[in-house]
Amino acid sequence: MIDDIVKVGMADLNTAKPPMKLRTLGLGSCVGIILYDNKLKVGGLAHAMLPSSLELKDNKNRAKFVDTSIDQLISDMKEKGANVNNLVAKLAGGAQMFKFTSNSEILNIGERNAKAAREKLSSLNIKLIAEDTGGNFGRTITFNPEDGTLHVRTVGHGEKTI
Amino acid sequence: MRIIKEDDYSLDVLKEVSNIGAGNAVTALSKMISGKISMDVPDIKVLDFNEVAEVLGGEEQIIVGIYIGFEEDLQGNMMFALDLDSAQNLSKLLYPRERDSDEFDDMDVSVLSEVGNILASSYVNSLSTLTNLKIAITIPSLAVDMAGAILSVPAIQFGMISDKALMIETMFSQDEDSVSGKFFLLPDLESYDKLLNALGVI
Repeated sequence: MIDDIVKVGMADLNTAKPPMKLRTLGLGSCVGIILYDNKLKVGGLAHAMLPSSLELKDNKNRAKFVDTSIDQLISDMKEKGANVNNLVAKLAGGAQMFKFTSNSEILNIGERNAKAAREKLSSLNIKLIAEDTGGNFGRTITFNPEDGTLHVRTVGHGEKTI
Repeated sequence: MRIIKEDDYSLDVLKEVSNIGAGNAVTALSKMISGKISMDVPDIKVLDFNEVAEVLGGEEQIIVGIYIGFEEDLQGNMMFALDLDSAQNLSKLLYPRERDSDEFDDMDVSVLSEVGNILASSYVNSLSTLTNLKIAITIPSLAVDMAGAILSVPAIQFGMISDKALMIETMFSQDEDSVSGKFFLLPDLESYDKLLNALGVI
């Protein structure tokens, strides 16, 4: 059923309650951050492109950065009735799509995104309960706030639920 | 650091540079192939991040991305992205052979990596001539995966300077085999000013 899916694009975020699910397609070096209130069943998904809003002057687009997207997600989830103390997190994405020896700063951006997400979550005392990050392949992820499962689909690297 | 806006004249300069580069790259490619290649005028698009993958058939569409670094006076990367049909047509144009299947195989990978090399070299040569800067290219890296995932790489790089991505679309064909390719020129942050400076814009 296509109707029960809330799509989240690149540099975008959204929240959902059952029966709606959250989905982002073709995550590459970006990181997909899921926050979840497992008691009140409120889910949030951010598709962030860059590790830190502090590295750039033009940082108005809060969903673009790992740090500000998590802050924004928390505030949006509160509005949907989530309790911050219940929040747990899952991560996916952060792949390195191309292999190179030079320009490592850019090419390990996936890893830096995932690391930034772990650090931000830890600073907010939000427990990271599952992650599927790294590798050199894309992922389509679907989060179900009903049971808290995150489904990960790839091309040629299998499917899994975490 | 410069922030690129849609109406920024530096964007026009990048467009022009990209345009000339793409034109020369396709000319180089057609020289390699015995037979005439016809090419449309490259179309330059300024896209929102969400639109980038749409241009190649949506985030989950399988595409081929060829990624090449450039270094020395200017640093950065360029990317050439193709849908699977275009990739196979291109492979066929350069290296006609009997195929067992439509699967994208190792031979396609090596032919397309070489195409990446040729395109990038001629692109960089024209950039070098325009700017009087010394630019060298690195070995191409190729990926076959979801469009969203592959294009996240150029999108992230544009994300550092802007909320838009600049894309050059080229179409070329030989007989019934047409190839639609997308170029992304991605200078590193420090190289933007250098590039615009060398071109006399700032």
